[in-house]
Formats: sequence, structure tokens, C-alpha cells
Amino acid sequence: MRYLPHTKEDIDKMLEKAGGSSLNSLFDCIPDELKTKNGLNLPKQLTEWELDEHMDNIASSINASRKCKYFIGAGSYDHFRPASVNYLISRSEFMTAYTPYQPEVSQGTLQGIYEFQTMISELTGMDVSTASHYDCGTALAEALLIALKKKKIQKIAISSLIHPSHKEIIKTYLKPSGYELVEIPYNNEGLTDFDQVENMGDLAGIAVQSPNFFGNIENLALAKKICDSKKALFITSFTEALSLGLLKSPGDFGADLVAGEGQSFGLAKSFGGPGLGLLAGTKKQMRNLPGRLIGKTIDSNGKQGYVLTLATREQHIRREKASSNICSNNGLNAMAVAMYLASVGKTGIREIAQQNHDKADFLKNELEKVGFKIPFKSPFFNEFVAIAPQDFADKRDKLRNDKGVYAGIRLEKFFPELKNHYLFCATETIKKEDIENLAQEVK
Amino acid sequence: MKEIQELDLPENLKYAKTHEWVKKDNDRVKIGLNDYAQDQLGEIVFVEVPEVGDTFSKGDEFGNVESVKAVSEIYIPVSGEIIAVNENLEDAPELVNDSCYGKGWIAEVKLSDPSELDSLLDKKAYLETLKG
Amino acid sequence: MENQIGTSGLIFNEPPLWEKSVPGRCGMSIPVNDVKRVKFDKGLIRDSVALPELSELDVVRHYTRLSQWNFGVDSGMYPLGSCTMKYNPKTNDVQASKQEIANVHPLSGDDASQGALKLMYDLQIMLAEITGMHSTTLQPAAGAHGELAGMMIIHAFHEKNGRQRSKIIIPDTAHGTNPASATLCDYESIKVSSNEQGVLTPEAVAEVMDEDTAGIMITNPNTLGLFEENIKKIADIVHAKGGLVYGDGANMNAVMGFVKPGEIGIDVMHLNLHKTFSTPHGGGGPGSGPVVVTKELEPFLPFPVITKQNNKYSLSEDRPDSIGRLHTFFGHFGVMVKAYAYILSMGAEGLKNVSEYAVLNANYIKESLKGTLNLPYDRPCMHECVFNDEKQAEFHITTMDMAKRLLDFGFHPPTVYFPLVVEGAFMVEPTETESKQSIDEFIDAVKAIAKEAKENPELLHSAPIITKVSRLDEVQAARKPCLRG
Repeated sequence: MRYLPHTKEDIDKMLEKAGGSSLNSLFDCIPDELKTKNGLNLPKQLTEWELDEHMDNIASSINASRKCKYFIGAGSYDHFRPASVNYLISRSEFMTAYTPYQPEVSQGTLQGIYEFQTMISELTGMDVSTASHYDCGTALAEALLIALKKKKIQKIAISSLIHPSHKEIIKTYLKPSGYELVEIPYNNEGLTDFDQVENMGDLAGIAVQSPNFFGNIENLALAKKICDSKKALFITSFTEALSLGLLKSPGDFGADLVAGEGQSFGLAKSFGGPGLGLLAGTKKQMRNLPGRLIGKTIDSNGKQGYVLTLATREQHIRREKASSNICSNNGLNAMAVAMYLASVGKTGIREIAQQNHDKADFLKNELEKVGFKIPFKSPFFNEFVAIAPQDFADKRDKLRNDKGVYAGIRLEKFFPELKNHYLFCATETIKKEDIENLAQEVK
Repeated sequence: MKEIQELDLPENLKYAKTHEWVKKDNDRVKIGLNDYAQDQLGEIVFVEVPEVGDTFSKGDEFGNVESVKAVSEIYIPVSGEIIAVNENLEDAPELVNDSCYGKGWIAEVKLSDPSELDSLLDKKAYLETLKG
Repeated sequence: MENQIGTSGLIFNEPPLWEKSVPGRCGMSIPVNDVKRVKFDKGLIRDSVALPELSELDVVRHYTRLSQWNFGVDSGMYPLGSCTMKYNPKTNDVQASKQEIANVHPLSGDDASQGALKLMYDLQIMLAEITGMHSTTLQPAAGAHGELAGMMIIHAFHEKNGRQRSKIIIPDTAHGTNPASATLCDYESIKVSSNEQGVLTPEAVAEVMDEDTAGIMITNPNTLGLFEENIKKIADIVHAKGGLVYGDGANMNAVMGFVKPGEIGIDVMHLNLHKTFSTPHGGGGPGSGPVVVTKELEPFLPFPVITKQNNKYSLSEDRPDSIGRLHTFFGHFGVMVKAYAYILSMGAEGLKNVSEYAVLNANYIKESLKGTLNLPYDRPCMHECVFNDEKQAEFHITTMDMAKRLLDFGFHPPTVYFPLVVEGAFMVEPTETESKQSIDEFIDAVKAIAKEAKENPELLHSAPIITKVSRLDEVQAARKPCLRG
């Protein structure tokens, strides 16, 4: 096997030194009765070329060719990814390193993630960003746990328009500790109905997603006011990071903690993972944040460098009292996102963000022309809800199967009251003619 | 690290076995970490102090002190209410290393039971606990 | 030591991105807008985002220079104990970035994603087979996330049985993630000490196991690189009181084809695809931490699960006893693809060879260095061995000094100061992909450093010397945190 360098001669010499008579004898420290009597029943070993063929077969039963058109988002977005990002992130010095425990030979990862933290802080308008989390849902669950622990109140409220999967993750994380979770209903504008918070009693925090799951931009100024009146931590989240290129940041509205998904910034959709969890906070929350943080310092010769810092928050030091159990995060994806942000830059991100909105708005208008209804009139970014004509469901399946066109996500699965409602998305990868074609097909 | 005879332990203070010092001033006391504690902890990078108004019973954990790779609890040597904390420690935790009996104090406490002071150790008795 | 492989060459200084920024540059191809521009209400939008402005070459050069300051498995031997820094096969990355695999949207629907579902389904079966367990979830995004899933499954099991418990037993050799995961499930960690041979005894476990204890978390082989030979008896004791046995599979690389945890009393365990199954660590993830369970615990697995009927795969959320969802979609699919490619490339015999050579390499290092460094547990080890700095104490040389000096010699240091039960631990895990030649070079380097410790301790105190930066001031970093530019 090409990954295993041992020759027969090597093995003999090494066994002699190691004091074993055979490879098997090295396992004598395992009592016989604990050894398996059953071998491993696995598929037969493949050569590199057989593997290629096998994987080609698998790929051929996935409908995701370059020709596919994605009018869906809901937490995973189709955006252009520069070749340079993919090329750079494949450099094995980044890819095959471990967590930067030895800073003298990890300055590449360390400076790269420091730059990442800086750019995420800027985008979110927060003081501090962590070095990454698994995904938005898990980052958001951790943010809620921070609020619950610090405020010593057992109850927390989340908007019903947080991504349905994120709501489920939060439930999973909160259940064993017995915390109480309440959902804030949405109103007929497709926004969180903050009036309902009044009667919810004392809350450790309030979490709102913006743009929300319907794509609508929430009134975060109002959310902040409600949080202050309740002395609750103000937590926001986002699944479409690109919106931060154009919209006001959570920090502009006084958020205490921000969780987000960074997949839009140069990462493949990859069936939903690995993406990138973002987690940022105010300076006051710095020591409550879970996971790695990179800080700037100097070396013994006075030269500037970077290290993992504030590690006393973490599991390898504080063990059962740690702020979280997180260890490995999504470091390489954080690096890729930094590369994307460095490439797209100040003007590029704004233009692409604006184009996302332009395309989505055009899509909305074209769909309206062919009989779709728009139930919510609130401002949106690149996703919106549309009520489809009766025969749409069949056309939608056919479009997907025949042409690789993904036309909207059925909302009834997540909101049973929203029959025939679909969540549509358009990004910069969609051309005007793609939208016109779609409108023709579903007419 | 310092040898026991090198430790600076002022005679006018009282000590807890858990290495805090206490200085009495009428019905209130000032509390800090002693020379042994700061020396053992090494370079202190963060001190988590309690909030003014919090009340604690003798022996409760009322703060933390951190070095780069360790966290140690600070225990309150007497019961009472926190009436002041040393806010300078937030930006300058090194004060605990540089001046543990002066600028590196941690909190002021209003005693709820002054008789507890009698159970604290003087320098000689505290040194005995280190030798044991 | 002659022909030391570590040397210095031309690398470049490189300032943070924003110091290279020049207004007007952009490093990405921006599409031309072909629809009407729609202005937002001014109150909703920000003035601008202060991102750097760079050309594509600026960006490429920046990250190329940064990468050259890094040490990876592809640069040299990386014997970081407990982390299994084995070679990351390149074909795995190629498979994961195939067009359809990288491009598939998680909400494409079952029909459009059959290949992805089949791959996951088959990987689940293979991992269950390797561990001798019944069922697998691939959803956890990393080892610690898998531990959390496992703890939640134990929690849900006791809940379902009508009586929750409050404690969990954790050995003193455990990773810090174990107690941290237990805390997230509201379990109090009860520490149990290993004996003077470095393993747990049934007696020690029996003493703390009671009917208020949810179970035990065991890493086997443990973090001293020793096989927990009493595992079966310990499992029996825990089971007899109604508890469950959690296996931390971080060290599965040592026993593939030799021990199936499901056959020796483990009820639930996580695997690290980024350790045993060769997916790259990426400087801190993304990893993947699948959890395997017995038949009894299968109902508690997170949803969605993948089902297969008439050769068609589908996702099912209809799982009343499930702990719930743990990831927005299905976990780190891109990482799963790499592990899947690895298992297919190795086959059954290949995986058994992996464990054989991993154990051979570690024992070879242990025997070769035990006269040079102190070996607190002098007995046959599995895939890693733990030394410490006791022999160097008289020269005032610590594990940290030796680790830093190893950098000059061109090796990544072992894990240091862990496990906590060994003071000044120096924990070496060579992995099976290192050859006798590279291991001999490592052994020679450690011996040369031990000699320097005696003859020129000052040199070690100032090490590393030829790296881009010397030892960094971690105290200043923590006292005056500067976390952004």
C-alpha cells in the first residue's frame, strides 16, 4: 500500500529493537479474549484509478453539475468561488498542519486567522471574533448558552424566523440542562413580532436572525430596545454572510453576540458541510466566548508574532468548568473565507451584495408576472417567500430532474400553515435569462 | 520559585490556609493574594473579581486568578458583602505579582461576623501550614 | 548530529493584509449586472466595509508567504501525541472537490442527491463494522461534537428509562473535552485515577460507580498509549449498576482489525475522521466526529438518519426518541468523502496494517529513546509513548526546551505537558506513515538534544533559533489581548 513505507527488512529490524517476535506479538498487551475473532468485512481495496472510477459513478448520481441553476438558499448559497482561493487553501502547509500549538512554526495559520478575526469583526461590527465554529446553528446554540450561564436566568427567547435547523440544534443543546426555550411568533409582514416578548417574563437573552429565514430584514433597532427593557443579552444571527457587504451590521444595532454562517464567502456547498460557523461578541463578552482566539504579541527578540491566547477559557485547561467543549473548529475554512474576503475586497463585496438583491428583486417581479403572489412586503436581501400557483409542485420537480434547475424550497415542511409557499433565492451566479427561462417554464 | 524563608509575609496581616491575606480596618477588611500564592501562580494574566454588592460566606469561591495555562480559584477568608473591588486589575493584572499587599489588592468586604477574624492565621501559623 | 534536516532558507516578511491595501484594487472577477439596480432604503445599509483592496497576485503572494511559515505533515514528521498526524492522501482531496460532490446543495431533495446519501450510508456501515457497533451517525462536526452527541445519547437513554443520573466517571488520563462535554449534559465529572501501571482497575471504578452515575468515559488505548486491559470487567461493573460505557475513539488508529469496541462492552463511542481516517487537520479543522452505538441506543441517534429501501436512499426525521439535530445539515460531508476514499483505498487488510505499523513505530521509538529520556511507564505501548524531562531536570532543561529545540532540527515536537498524570509529559505518536528512516532521524535528533541539554543548556533555553520567530510572549498576549488589527 503506497501510504505505508515499511519494507520487510525495516519491520524485522524494528521488531528486534522493539522486542517483538512478530507484528502480532506487539498486541500481546491486549488480553486474548478482548481481541476480535471476526476480521474486518470491508469492500475490497481499490487502486487510485479504481477509486476515481468508483467516485465518478457516485458523482453521476448527484444532480449538481456546473449547469445547475440554484434558486434556493436557506442556509447554503450558490456563489462564485475564485480559483485562487481554492488553489491557495490547498497548499499543504495550511491543510496538513494541526492547531497552532507551536507558534514558532505556525505563524502562517496564526497570522491568517488573526486577519480573519479582524475582517469578521469589521463585517459584524463587533469587537472580537473567535477563530471559528462548526456552523451557524452550533455557534448560535453556544451564544445562547453564554447568555444563560452569565445571566443566571433559566429562560431564553428565539425568533420563530431563525433557520428551522438552527432552532432544532438549540433545542438539542438546551435540553439536557433543562433550560426553557420560548419562540417569538412572526407577524403578517414576515418579521418577528417583538410585541409578543413583553409577556414572556425574565429572559437571559433574545435571539433574532436577520435577514430572517423568509429572507426579510428584521427591525434590529426595535429588537435592541426590547432586549434592553428586559435586560436580556441581544443575540443576532445570519445565514447569508454576503448581506453584511451591504446591510448595516449587528454591531450597528448594539448586538452583544453574533452568530453566523460563512459558507457564502468562497466555500463549496458540499451537501451542507463543512461550512463555517462565525461567532463574535463585544469586548465585554470576550472571556465568555468558546473556542480558539488568536492574539498579537512579540517574540523574545521583540519581533511581532501571533499566538493562541486566553486559553484558560478552554477545555484543555479548565476541563469541566470550560466555557465550551469545542476543540477542533473549522480553521481551514476560516482561512479560505479570509482569502475570499481579501480577494473580493471593499468594493467587490458591496457590488456583489447589491447584485444579489437586484437579481432577487428581478426574480420576484418575474414570478409575480406569471401568477405568483408575494405574501410579505418587508425589505429582503436575496431570498423571499412566494405563493405558487396550484400546478407549480409538479413543474418544479420536472425542472429539477430534467434541467437541474432548483426552483424554491417548499416552506410547508417547516411552517405547516404556509401551504404552497416557497422560499426563493437568487445570487450573482444567476443570469437575467436564467430568471426569464424559469418564469417561462412555470407559467 | 521562592524558598519559604524568602517569602514576604507582613506581620500585621492575617492569612488563610488558601493563601489569601486579610487586613482589618474597623468593620471592613481588605483581601488579596499573598506572596506565596502570587509566586506559585507565576505571571498573572487575568483576575476575575466579584461584583460589588455580592455576598459570600467564608470559604466560598469569589474569584479566579489566571496565568497563561492555569486557573486558580480565590476563596473568601471571611463572610460578608463586597463593598469594593480593585478595578485596576482589569487592565493591569500584573499588579498582583508586583505589589500583592499594595496595589494588587482584590476586594474590600464588610464583615458579617467579625469573630471569624480570630480563626485566621498569623504569619507564624501560616508558615507552618506551608511546611506541612 | 550530521545532516540535520532543519535548516534556514529564504522566506519573506509579510505584513497584515490591510497594510498592503491600495484603494481601487480588486482580486476577484466581478460579474456584470444584467438586471435593474434596486436601491435599498438608506436606513438599512452601511457606509462601507473596511476590507482590504488587493489584486489577485497580491492575495496569492500574501498567502503563499504565510504558508511558508507553517509546518505540516507534508513538511516533515509531526509526532504530536494523541493527534494522529498521519499522511493525508491527495486523492482524498481530489474526490471531495469533484464538481457534483462539492456543488450539491443540502436541500436538493433525496432524488437529486442519491450518490451523496449512498456514500454516507455506506460509510456508516463501514465505520460500524470497524468498531463492531450497530449504527452510526455522521452528523457531529468534530471529535468534541461527537462526545457531546454521545453524552446526550446517554442522557436521553436514562431519561427514557425514567430516572436521570447526575454523575459520570472520567479517568485522570482523559482529554479535557471529556469533562467539558459531560458538563454540557449537566453531569458532574467524577475523577478516577489510573494505577501505577497507567491503567484503570475494576476496583477503582467499582468504588465510585453507583446508581446515580450515568456511566464512564474511557479512551482506549488511553492517552498514555496503554491498552486498558480491564475494559471488559469495568464495563460489566458499570452495566451492572445501569450505567453506560462511552468510548473516546481518538486512539482507534492503534487497534483496527484487532479490537472491536462493540465486542468488549462499549455502548457508544466517537471516531475522529481527521485522526484515524486520514482527513487533514487544516490547522484546526474542519474535522468530523461520527458516533457509533449499540442496537439498544440506535433510537437516540440525532436526526435526520439515512434509510435505504429498494436501493433508494432517503433522509428521515421521524425519530421520536432522537436527541435531536446537531448540525444545520448532515455534518461535514466534504470530510466524510475523504474518509470514505481512504477506507476504500486501504481495504480490511490495509487498515489492519495501519494499526500494526503504528504500534511498531511507537514501540521502536520507546525502546530507542528510553535511555535518553525518562519513561514513566516502562511497558509495551500501543500507538504512542509518553516520556518526560526527569533526566534533564539537573540541567534545568524542561520538556518545553527540548520541544522548541526539535523545531531547529526540522521536526514538529510531540504533544507536551499532556496527559496531566505525567509531569512534564513528552508524548510521541509517530503514526504508521512514518518510515524507519524518518523515525531514526527523529531519534537521533532527540539524542542530540539530550546531549546538548548536558553540554550547552543555554542553547536549549534560547531555542528555537532558525524559525521565523523565536519564543513568543504569551503573557503579554493574555494580559493585553489584541485580537484584531
